[in-house]
Amino acid sequence: MTPTRKRRLIFITLITVGIAIATAIFLTAFKENIMFFKSPTEISKGDFPQERNFRIGGMVKDHSLQRSDDSLEVTFMITDFAHDVKVSYEGILPDLFREGQGVVAIGQMTLSGIFKAEEVLAKHDENYMPPEAAAALEAAKEQKN
Amino acid sequence: MLAAIGQFNLIIALMLSLLLAIIPMVGYARNNTALMHTGRPLAYALFLAVLSSFLILITLFIQQDFSVTYVWQHSSLELPLRYRITATWGAHEGSILMWITIQALWIAAVARFSGALNLNQLSRVLSILGLISVGFIAFILFTSNPFERTFPAPLDGRDLNPLLQDFGMIVHPPLLYFGYVGLSVAFALSVAALIGGKIDEHWIRWSKKWTNMAWAFLTMGIILGSWWAYYELGWGGWWFWDPVENASFLPWLAGTALIHVQAVSERKNAFRGWTVLLAITAFSLSVLGTFLVRSGSITSVHSFAADPTRGLFILGLLALFAGGALILFALRADKLRSTEAVNFNSKETLLLANSLIFIVATFTVLLGTIFPMIFEAIGQKISVGAPYFGLMFFLIMIPMALLLPLAGQVHWQKDVFTVACRSLWPYASLSIIMTALVWWSVDHINVRGIVCILGAFWVFTATTGHFLKNKKTAGFIGMTIAHWGVAFFLFGMAMVEHTDTEKDVLLKPGQNIHLNGYDFEFKGVQWVNKENYRAQQGQVLVSKNNQVITTLKPQKRHYPKQQNPMTEASIYPGFTKDIYVSLGEQINNQGAWAVRIYIKPFIRWMWFGGILMLLGAVVGLFSARIKRLEQRQINQMMKEELNLL
Amino acid sequence: MNKKIIFALLPLVIFAALLLLLYINMGKHSEQLPSPLIGKPIPVFQLPTLYSQRTLSNEDFKGQVWLLNVFGSWCPSCRIEHPVLTQFAQSTDIPVIGLNWKDEFDDANRWLKQFGNPYDEILVDLDGDVAIDMGVYGAPENFIIDADGIIRYKLVGVLTTEIIKTEIIPLIEKLRL
Repeated sequence: MTPTRKRRLIFITLITVGIAIATAIFLTAFKENIMFFKSPTEISKGDFPQERNFRIGGMVKDHSLQRSDDSLEVTFMITDFAHDVKVSYEGILPDLFREGQGVVAIGQMTLSGIFKAEEVLAKHDENYMPPEAAAALEAAKEQKN
Repeated sequence: MLAAIGQFNLIIALMLSLLLAIIPMVGYARNNTALMHTGRPLAYALFLAVLSSFLILITLFIQQDFSVTYVWQHSSLELPLRYRITATWGAHEGSILMWITIQALWIAAVARFSGALNLNQLSRVLSILGLISVGFIAFILFTSNPFERTFPAPLDGRDLNPLLQDFGMIVHPPLLYFGYVGLSVAFALSVAALIGGKIDEHWIRWSKKWTNMAWAFLTMGIILGSWWAYYELGWGGWWFWDPVENASFLPWLAGTALIHVQAVSERKNAFRGWTVLLAITAFSLSVLGTFLVRSGSITSVHSFAADPTRGLFILGLLALFAGGALILFALRADKLRSTEAVNFNSKETLLLANSLIFIVATFTVLLGTIFPMIFEAIGQKISVGAPYFGLMFFLIMIPMALLLPLAGQVHWQKDVFTVACRSLWPYASLSIIMTALVWWSVDHINVRGIVCILGAFWVFTATTGHFLKNKKTAGFIGMTIAHWGVAFFLFGMAMVEHTDTEKDVLLKPGQNIHLNGYDFEFKGVQWVNKENYRAQQGQVLVSKNNQVITTLKPQKRHYPKQQNPMTEASIYPGFTKDIYVSLGEQINNQGAWAVRIYIKPFIRWMWFGGILMLLGAVVGLFSARIKRLEQRQINQMMKEELNLL
Repeated sequence: MNKKIIFALLPLVIFAALLLLLYINMGKHSEQLPSPLIGKPIPVFQLPTLYSQRTLSNEDFKGQVWLLNVFGSWCPSCRIEHPVLTQFAQSTDIPVIGLNWKDEFDDANRWLKQFGNPYDEILVDLDGDVAIDMGVYGAPENFIIDADGIIRYKLVGVLTTEIIKTEIIPLIEKLRL
């Protein structure tokens, strides 16, 4: 084998090994970090991952938000109008969070059937405006006049 | 009336860009100088047409013309003048108009500053850029017309999203677009070169200047985006691996690979095909980013309103630009074969390795971003969490940081790696000692943080040592500054990610909390009236050892036309740490509030690192060597022309 | 030589695969909220009408395909939708029923006077109770209900001529068969 050939062989081997290791790491990292998205209906059928985080999405049910008076604990129901799931969360809710609005929570299902959220994300659509906002709009106009 | 003129100008611009895409190219194909000479004037005319249309849209916003749907949707009577102007590019239609304006500006700049290119080359480049313009102007005219009218005209608008009523958001999008669109120049140069079938040093050197500039803009845009997210979203995070952020990061990664490969291919006839491929990739990723953000294919916290028609159109553009370029590449790749051999033991190899590392990183981020779509196709809804990106990026960047100092030491053409490695020992030892000191003095830092800090010291010491020992040309100074930036970024990131403190607490007025040696006293919340909103403003007294440092005033802002309040964090910035306080919500009737307190060590170092990187790219533009070579080429061309006469 | 061809074609292949994937996913919004009401009977309601001084219930609409449009005078997007809806109401023979959501009579009346009234009948849902039963997220929303009172279609957001042409009209024709 000529020195150039040998060097090229070493180079190619190194690259192949590198790619193999990278792929292995990629697959592991990937497997551990994908999060499934489930709706309350799917959860009610028991179709959700056990003992790992997943995402749940739906609407915050009206009049279901309950706060504690002396801590940052809240509970609320997420609904898809067919089934409800109770969610508990400790921390500060996002600005866009409110009853009757879409929400996504990340966390795990506990044995008691309550979804313990680590993170709550509120979703909102820029083209949609509920009556409350319009009421505020009217009020603002009246203040001006 | 004005709106109609604006739209008319856009139609004119479409015609002009069509002409620009066709005439100079035909001129090139037929070797007709007269046709080729139309390129420059057409480019200037296109710029004027698009610019006037953009200025008209700004004027419509200033005049509060709510009969224009776009103005009505994104402005209101109360909106202050400065935000009325910036609302122009606050949403989809206007931001695409801005994209087109910047594109036209770049085209005009290429036409103006193209001394190093001959007419043949310039005509091809301008035509390709014209074609890209045709695509985007057609896109705006047919799917996202900002001049559309609504009758009867509403009395008041729907107001601009409060998140966008902010300095960071005013400058962030234009800078990003300058970057995205700037990459189109490198793309056009590559495609033009493929058409001509020949790439020489001048070609690549010329394209390198534009790439550097585009990359600097992109870097600035990303830094500002990160900074904005940090202070405006109220979460204290500086990067979320959100699809929209990834959309801007992907072209940056590919652009970084491109810049480093260009350093080789501008010197010798090697890696030319790879350079061309990277240029195509970088711009295609910009277009892909636009698609991801605007088509609704991906769910993101801050995406534009989803619209499948628009998505389909951009997908068509992507297929046309990237697909066309790649087919051309496949046909012509054999013509780009390297003629000069590359020695394994050389700087060239390491720069190639750098580009491979960055391309692997690009694909890792791309895969993470589009994987939810693959799963969607088989009926599973998933999302890929930030930890995936964080871990993968960490692992991929280890060889980058490891090899960077070596690449500085090793010479071009031929060297011996082992010798270079030996000369790096002092820096390695020094950085290990420094890292040990950090480990000893900082509590609770994990292995990942320590590895990043080691990397930061290693890059910094070796880069500095190399800098002191060598002759300082502009290109070399630029490179050194950029690599210092890498070190600062790594250090800041490691510290903020692994040693920050975060606490959500419930505080009653007058209540105290002790955190990391600081005392935070909550003074309660009061209503205040501001320009176009009311706010609940909290007061938090921050002190250390009974010495008052500052009073932070986080706000919960209420805009009259928005249903939800908006959190405005209050930050006490510092050289070694930021103190960050934001308000959650009122918890009970006794005035108790949920308050979020962060201590973010060295977060500013990270952005400073980013700024150094872009400064490096800018300084690199003033490379004397490039200037000298360019001058030589211009002289030669002039001589040739004189001879012809 | 083979190596060269692979290097030249690989990017093209990767890109084509990516393009295909993007195309397949066009418009599919992951995490879009499911609408479990589709295929289920419309919730029971009994509501006053805006002008005709009647009280209508879900039973009154049985035996025909009809469109229910949720709107309010406070809703800016409804104004965008309004001309499209008007055009549709004029061109079709199915009843177009409005559900005036959380709106005062005076406001709704002024709004309809200004822009025109395309509706065959307008139900008034002042408290928004019926809207909650129907899982309304916001206005505008459109439902198509078949002759048996089953909800067949739901659109969250503004009706466009495109949607009417490609989705609504074919669906109505299918339901009538």
